Amino acid sequence: MNFITLSYWDIAVAGLLLMFNAGLSVAFQLGLEKRLLIAGTRMVVQLTMVGLVLKALFAVASPLFTSLAALAMVLFAVLEAMARQDRRFEGYWSYGIGTSAMMAAGLIVTVFGLTTQIHADPWYDPRYAIPILGMILGNTMNGVSLGLDRLVNGAHTERAGIEAQLMLGADIGRALQGVRSAAMRAGLTPIINSMAAAGLVSLPGMMTGQILAGVAPVEAVKYQILIIFLIAGGTGFGTFVAVISASRRLTDARQRLRLDRLRAKLND
Amino acid sequence: MLKIRRLTRPGIAPLDLDLAEGECISIGGPSGAGKSLMLRSIVDLDPNEGEVSLMGRARDAVPAPDWRRRVVYVPAEAGWWADRVETHFDDPALAAPLMMRLGLAADALDWQVARLSTGEKQRLAMVRAFLTSPQVMLLDEPTSGLDPEATAKVEAMLHERRGEGVAMVLITHDADQAARMATRHFQMNAGELSLVEQGQGAGPGTKRQGAGPGTKRQGAGQGTKGQGTKTP
Repeated sequence: MNFITLSYWDIAVAGLLLMFNAGLSVAFQLGLEKRLLIAGTRMVVQLTMVGLVLKALFAVASPLFTSLAALAMVLFAVLEAMARQDRRFEGYWSYGIGTSAMMAAGLIVTVFGLTTQIHADPWYDPRYAIPILGMILGNTMNGVSLGLDRLVNGAHTERAGIEAQLMLGADIGRALQGVRSAAMRAGLTPIINSMAAAGLVSLPGMMTGQILAGVAPVEAVKYQILIIFLIAGGTGFGTFVAVISASRRLTDARQRLRLDRLRAKLND
Repeated sequence: MLKIRRLTRPGIAPLDLDLAEGECISIGGPSGAGKSLMLRSIVDLDPNEGEVSLMGRARDAVPAPDWRRRVVYVPAEAGWWADRVETHFDDPALAAPLMMRLGLAADALDWQVARLSTGEKQRLAMVRAFLTSPQVMLLDEPTSGLDPEATAKVEAMLHERRGEGVAMVLITHDADQAARMATRHFQMNAGELSLVEQGQGAGPGTKRQGAGPGTKRQGAGQGTKGQGTKTP
């Protein structure tokens, strides 16, 4: 593989663009310069640290450390997804549902990809496992958080209609059918859209990266397609697990709608 | 027929109630006293405690959807889950004759829910409830948005059902309606259900004096608490 190694100087020059943006913000009194600089600095520090962590992980290639890293990634994804929820369940249910959905989807799909298509050796080789898990988790997190948000808010706003069906003897599955499918749609729409636009509107980042690193375009495309399938599978599965478990938590053995298990909206 | 023992939930003191076949009782009392919460508890829409049985069959032994078809609750404000009226009926053909009896246009089935008036919604919700063939109907201000003519139609249909043995609980702020429809009158105050004694001379809550303190009185200086409803 032939790729052009970047010097720190190259990166600093590109960073000038950010300084230029900050300058614009100062000149036009947009008040963005501070946030731009903080976000830019965070990005540099976080990625540098990840680079170091990955270097160490790849060097030891130990199943224990790889799984610890994977666990940490899942937990960060859960925190991030939960930060985007308007309404959460009482207690730790939201975290429980988020963690189990992302853990199940992320791990199952990653292991499936590693063992049956990528044939990494050993299959838990962090050089393959961590980046793939990362890509799957990033998308699954979006699906789970959009799906949960839509489900819980939908149950809240459509309470009268849901309970009207219950009062007429519908079972809870039928009464929740509308919000549940809207939640699944909300979770899956981004990945469906990005599949539809892939290659036409945007060149997916992973493929671009491989091409820059000297991989032949057709090979990079094959990889990208595989990854998109894994991502779509993980997102669909994770959203499904999250929406189904959350809708179970929204009801009980007597088929009631249990909105009392939700906390009040955060930003009310 | 419907037997309730020590039914309670937050906001409702434990209450006992028995309804005979074809019987209709009325419940009055200020808004927020817990009347609707009580009906929601009977149909098991919210967590509650106590024993409820219908024809000797315990509520817990009946799957919740079956229970709610037998003991149907018609809330003051009906909920809708689709845009078109028709979608809310399993068999719209069965709904049409009932709708006409309640003074609704036959083509209302094709309408959008959004264009229905309060009174139309109320009557459609009543039709929906009738179609589940309930044994008990819990009616939460069923005619509050209706003109006298439509009210009479709804009452006539309810009377007919009572004749067929359907028992009813009627929440109403209209003392005359309570007198027309119900044989026993109750009052809910701050979560306490109490029987309004009858035959207390000119006491409140009796049929002749229906507009007495048992109902909401507007503009009267002494407020709305029913003095005639104290329980020992």
